[in-house]
Amino acid sequence: MGGEISILNVNKFFGDFQVLKNVSLEIRKGEFFSILGPSGCGKTTLLRVIAGFEDVQEGDVLLDGESILHLPANKRPVNIIFQSYALFPHLTVFENIAFPLRLKKFTESEIKERVGNLLNLIRMEEHAFKYPSQLSGGQKQRVAIARALANEPRVLLLDEPLSALDAKLRQELLIELDNLHDKVGITFVYVTHDQTEAISVSDRVALMNDGKIIQIGTPYEIYESPVNVFAATFIGETNLMKVDVLEVEEEYYVVEAPGVGVFRCYKDKEAKAGNRLILTLRPEKIRISKQKPMIFENVFHGIIEEEIYMGYQTKYFVRLDEGYIMKVYKQHVRYLLDEPILHWKDEVYVSWDPNDSFIVEVLTS
Amino acid sequence: MKPGKFVKFLTFVTFLFFYVPLFVVVLFSFNSSRSPVWTGFTLKWYVELFTRSYAIWRAFWNSIMVAVLSSTTATVLGTMTAIGLYWVKNGKKKSTGDTFLWFLTYLPFVVPDVIIGISLLLFFSLLQFRLGFSTIVLAHVTFSIPYTMMVVYSRLHDFDKNIVEAAYDLGATETQVLFKVLIPNLVPSIVAAFLLAFTLSIDDFVITFFVAGPGTTTLPIQIYSMIRFGISPTINAISTFMIAGTVLIGFALRKFVRYIF
Ligand SMILES: Nc1ncnc2c1ncn2[C@@H]1O[C@H](COP(=O)(O)OP(=O)(O)OP(=O)(O)O)[C@@H](O)[C@H]1O
Ligand SMILES: [Mg+2]
Repeated sequence: MGGEISILNVNKFFGDFQVLKNVSLEIRKGEFFSILGPSGCGKTTLLRVIAGFEDVQEGDVLLDGESILHLPANKRPVNIIFQSYALFPHLTVFENIAFPLRLKKFTESEIKERVGNLLNLIRMEEHAFKYPSQLSGGQKQRVAIARALANEPRVLLLDEPLSALDAKLRQELLIELDNLHDKVGITFVYVTHDQTEAISVSDRVALMNDGKIIQIGTPYEIYESPVNVFAATFIGETNLMKVDVLEVEEEYYVVEAPGVGVFRCYKDKEAKAGNRLILTLRPEKIRISKQKPMIFENVFHGIIEEEIYMGYQTKYFVRLDEGYIMKVYKQHVRYLLDEPILHWKDEVYVSWDPNDSFIVEVLTS
Repeated sequence: MKPGKFVKFLTFVTFLFFYVPLFVVVLFSFNSSRSPVWTGFTLKWYVELFTRSYAIWRAFWNSIMVAVLSSTTATVLGTMTAIGLYWVKNGKKKSTGDTFLWFLTYLPFVVPDVIIGISLLLFFSLLQFRLGFSTIVLAHVTFSIPYTMMVVYSRLHDFDKNIVEAAYDLGATETQVLFKVLIPNLVPSIVAAFLLAFTLSIDDFVITFFVAGPGTTTLPIQIYSMIRFGISPTINAISTFMIAGTVLIGFALRKFVRYIF
């Protein structure tokens, strides 16, 4: 089956504008791999390079160890699903899916069987003879997937296939896509600018910005150990702080943050006393309570400035005594039973484990 | 008068300007006297048209033949040009060559008919073509192509480029993309292009006048030469006949007509 992609030092220009800057990626066989990044960072271009619609000025693209750059799009054993689905408007659902098979001169009975299986896979049997204009967005999307799978490609490329759908349907189809991936077992390369989509179903994620790969890792690694400020802020929400190192200990730094005070943070990058760092602290890692907790470090006093009830959690914006506004997200486990309700203008204590605040960038050294 | 009312009034007047002359022609085709004064209802001009007006019918059939031949050719060539241009431009950066090509296809829209007529006449005499049916057809093909091309191109331009790419991606060759995806989706605009070329050809006077030569005449030229001896109500009758024909065809094919605009 295969389906292993290596992208080696790819540089791509549109005129003078460099869209891909020395991009290198290893996508493993059978993996659900996401390329995540803000709009305009070059995700679609990268996918089109793999599909064969864009040439590159430098670098190479290998599929199962062999360069595919010399192959035109219609000869590459990869298929792409466009954001607009690009179904053939003049053909029925059945004929759309049969299109690649007819090109390959399959017999009528083979076509019936394979299209039938694919229709079954996407649960669209009863819509087989409708035209694309008669389908809902979610249905079109499924037909596009079935059509792309008809060729039995080694790799399926998906360019924001869910972005045209509403939030609820997006969730459903994402799970469906994940199940489909398990069933067909080929490599999926999934492009999205939606961080929740990327981290919820992918085996690994490549985070891109401005034509460069910023970080590659499992969703867990990407979320829990962002490599720089961009990674920390693009995925999830966080409290970023500029801090000065006061003391270097074996595992921690003692730092001072303007507006916060003095606390300990995890020593995951080398720095000396006097250095200025940027550190991140995820809001859900912070405890919030009315009573002063029974620990002595990383505890600060403040007032709730804002309270946003979200159902499963409440977002608090706490103004610390020295002025920093800290985001604290409190998950509701047994709301009202275990937890005293906190309100606007309540005086509270926030605290966190030093390991949860860590350095993303060293500004001066 | 309120502005809204004024606009409505203007619209009304515009329609009036447009349709009153047509109505007059139809009305006077049933007028019993030759002079433009209503004297009573008659069908005698129609009888004359259908029984004795040999020259009119010969010109009419000439017009139809010219229109069928020239609009078919112009549609085929225009469609191919449009697809060719789309192919060149597709995905690529706009080059100066493109802009030049564009200019070349736009030019015939703005060049006055008289100039096209004279230049074709010169061209044909340079090549020592005998003026007649074939030169009329060639001339009509020439002036129709930019229109048929524009109609097909504007449809192509709106066509989702990803659909073409999807076809490639699924394994189609260029020829297969052309015949299995592009052309089937262009059918409405190809029909519309044909209709447009047909109407342009049927009522062209100026250019035909230059290239027709002495032997062959088309309906507009025939009518013009008859009018020099005074307006005959037979002309009103053939005009009414053609108005009815156009309205019927236009109505039957209204689905395609909207692609022209
Ligand atoms: N054919 C082209 N010619 C010139 N510039 C282009 C072309 N295609 C894309 N670009 C530019 O390259 C950059 C990256 O585009 P790309 O479509 O890859 O972004 P993206 O990450 O997919 O964004 P989005 O999330 O909005 O789809 C953009 O700045 C875009 O303007
Ligand atoms: Mg994109």
